[in-house]
Amino acid sequence: MTRLVDAIVVGGGIHGCSTALHLCLAGMKPVLIEKDYAGRHASGVNAGGVRQLARHIPEIPLSIRSMGIWERISELLDDDCSFESHGQVLVAEDAAELATCRARVAELNALGFTHEELIDGAELRRLVPAVADSCPGGVVSRRDGAANPAQTTTAFRRKAALLGATVCEGVAASNIRQRDGLWQVDVGADSFAAPVLVNAAGAWAGRIAADLGEPVPVETVAPMLMITSRVPHFIDPVVILRGRKLSFKQFANGTVLIGGGHLATPDQDRNETVLDWRGLAVSARTVFELFPVMRDATIVRAWAGIEAKTKDDLPVLGPSARHKGLYHQFGFSLHGFQLGPGAGAVMAELIVNGGTQTRIGELGIDRFHPSTS
Amino acid sequence: MTTMPKRDSYDVVVIGAGPAGLAAAATTAEAGLSTLVLDENVGPGGQVWRAITSTPVVARDRLGADYWAGAELVQELRASGAEIIQQATVWSLDRHLEIAISAGGASAFVKARRVILATGALERPFPIPGWTLPGVMTAGAAQTMLKSSALVPDAPTVIAGQGPLLWLLAAQILRLGGRIDCILDTTERRNYLAALPHALGFVTSPYFTKGLAMMREVKAKVRVVSGVSELAALGDSQLASVSYVSRGRRETIPAELLLLHQGVVPNVNLAMSAGIEHRWDDRQLCWSPVLDPDGNTSVAGIAIAGDGAGIGGASVAVARGRIAARGAVEVLAPDAAAALTAENVLRTTLAQAERGRAFLDVLFRPAPQFRIPSGDTVVCRCEEVTAKDILDAVAIGATGPNQLKAYRRTGMGPCQGRLCGLTVTELMAQARGKSPEEIGYYRLRAPVKPITLAELASVPKTEADVKAVARQ
Repeated sequence: MTRLVDAIVVGGGIHGCSTALHLCLAGMKPVLIEKDYAGRHASGVNAGGVRQLARHIPEIPLSIRSMGIWERISELLDDDCSFESHGQVLVAEDAAELATCRARVAELNALGFTHEELIDGAELRRLVPAVADSCPGGVVSRRDGAANPAQTTTAFRRKAALLGATVCEGVAASNIRQRDGLWQVDVGADSFAAPVLVNAAGAWAGRIAADLGEPVPVETVAPMLMITSRVPHFIDPVVILRGRKLSFKQFANGTVLIGGGHLATPDQDRNETVLDWRGLAVSARTVFELFPVMRDATIVRAWAGIEAKTKDDLPVLGPSARHKGLYHQFGFSLHGFQLGPGAGAVMAELIVNGGTQTRIGELGIDRFHPSTS
Repeated sequence: MTTMPKRDSYDVVVIGAGPAGLAAAATTAEAGLSTLVLDENVGPGGQVWRAITSTPVVARDRLGADYWAGAELVQELRASGAEIIQQATVWSLDRHLEIAISAGGASAFVKARRVILATGALERPFPIPGWTLPGVMTAGAAQTMLKSSALVPDAPTVIAGQGPLLWLLAAQILRLGGRIDCILDTTERRNYLAALPHALGFVTSPYFTKGLAMMREVKAKVRVVSGVSELAALGDSQLASVSYVSRGRRETIPAELLLLHQGVVPNVNLAMSAGIEHRWDDRQLCWSPVLDPDGNTSVAGIAIAGDGAGIGGASVAVARGRIAARGAVEVLAPDAAAALTAENVLRTTLAQAERGRAFLDVLFRPAPQFRIPSGDTVVCRCEEVTAKDILDAVAIGATGPNQLKAYRRTGMGPCQGRLCGLTVTELMAQARGKSPEEIGYYRLRAPVKPITLAELASVPKTEADVKAVARQ
């Protein structure tokens, strides 16, 4: 039986859930289709960084929009998502890296962005007392922070369902087609039809876009993370490095999350990743050198989430260049978690109002298809 | 003995040196395959033959003839040419048959053409009220102290639970002069009737006479309360007493030590983290790997033998170890297979060893109230999550153990669910009116045993790393 709804959102990551919620807030009744369960992949298992720091310039306006939502996340979701705002710090390990930082902050200031702030060695050590003495400074984004990704994605799903979204978990969307101006999608024995289809299927979104005639240069990646047992509190902000691949965060309960973008081998069809422990060992060595206090910490788990990375590391966000009623929201390239709340709000505006005040012009799918734009 | 593997790849890597691992490794090494045995204990033997080469308990009758049978197998392995590394923790195995080891404070990787997992069993969780109090421990932990150090209880001691190992431990404690004040037998009365159809296999098995003699020996010296249907450990900061209900009457007995045991379940941690398919075993009430008759798993090249393949005991483990090893030899050195014990002989031995198991499984099926706790009883001790906390999360949308992590930190602490996993699955299954198979299990990931950052940091660098450094 085919059910007519206002919109079909494919993908139950933070982006699909956020879009479903914002559509509900705008008075629409969407269906959210997730082949596993909400937050099963990258959205539920990422590092949880809520970061404006060190972003590509074309996505900064979206990131700033999103930050405003993060700061009121409890009001929106009735769940604090374990969001904490202790800032994020990018550490320069030598003078050359600090010079790069200085140039970057100057560039942002010239564009009117003030969230990144250059800091010297004294301020770096005030913010991150445990960092090695050799580091001369860095950049801080003081409003940034971190949240619990599984809790956040689940909270978006729960609130969307509460406001009237139909949530289908455990069966994949299939047979996506457009007929008589309506998008139709099968979910097991059921079918849904709607004038609007949002492709927010993460690592699986590239296939959907390609099947609908809009291929995007996108690859499936699985960035690895590991977490330690509890150690005494020694750091508040999230720390990332300028030169080497490392991100570092201590939670309120004392556990420390170590990430930074070393990749596992994803197996998309099995929903599985095979970890590369040699890559994780590189991260361990970096932490070993920079934070001697961590040397005896115990690693209790390592994992990787499957997600999509585009050729230019920017997401695809906006209407299809080919089909009426089709919208894309994927390819967040390892930094989509913080953008989720804002991207959902923007997507709802695009769908309901036909436009948005947030500058996302450089994120459209047409950048890969010059002939159709 | 070496502390780190001599080579970076082997024909066969056997993980675990209990009955199954010893038999498997001796077989493949004798057949000429390069064989590495990795075992986390100080010496070979696993739990059943723990400290077989070093125990201070020298009077043979104290630990029993079955215990000393392990010594022969250790001799066979040592003569076989296999490389054996003790105190090696295997913390990762993946579908490419790459194995990560921690030993002597550093890490190493080895590759295998075949892996035989012989990781044995773990004690089933026994989450009664008060089970996290100091003074409450598992029977297995008590047996480890007994075998390795000849330590037995001398304070007021209660043993509670059921199963063959409980009686074995009681007998061993008594023979070494230890103190047991009372045994609280939780075997359900209805199980005796349910087990009856399997009785013929049992009375003709070696378990029968040995088991009966052992129970008689214990019952002659210790008060045994049967039909115990409720159990709680009481005390403020330390165990002070044990409260129980038998035949509708509540009693409380003072105790400083409570040993809990209600059977063992396969240790599936490494197998699950390698992506091996498991299913819920409704008779043994646990997860078991899906295996073919040779012990091969759903991941090509990995076989499982011993209690990790489903609880069968030491003799079954030896037979399964030989069968899995034979399978590896047939693939890697077909010419050498002819010299091994014939397949039909191994299968006959296995069938004999398996006799009586069905009876034990049904008789000693733990009662629901001892598997599925309620109220304030702690389920996940790492993160102090109670049964009620989990039911509350189910009520607002948590559907399975992995989703539960978004609500509660259950299974996210240092043990990563190794202690609470079965309890969480069964509790959620009951709450949601589903089968454990439908509810599923924690997604287990490496490291399956905690490693320190320093150990991981010492992993040998890759060629790319070395080149990067060399260029500078």
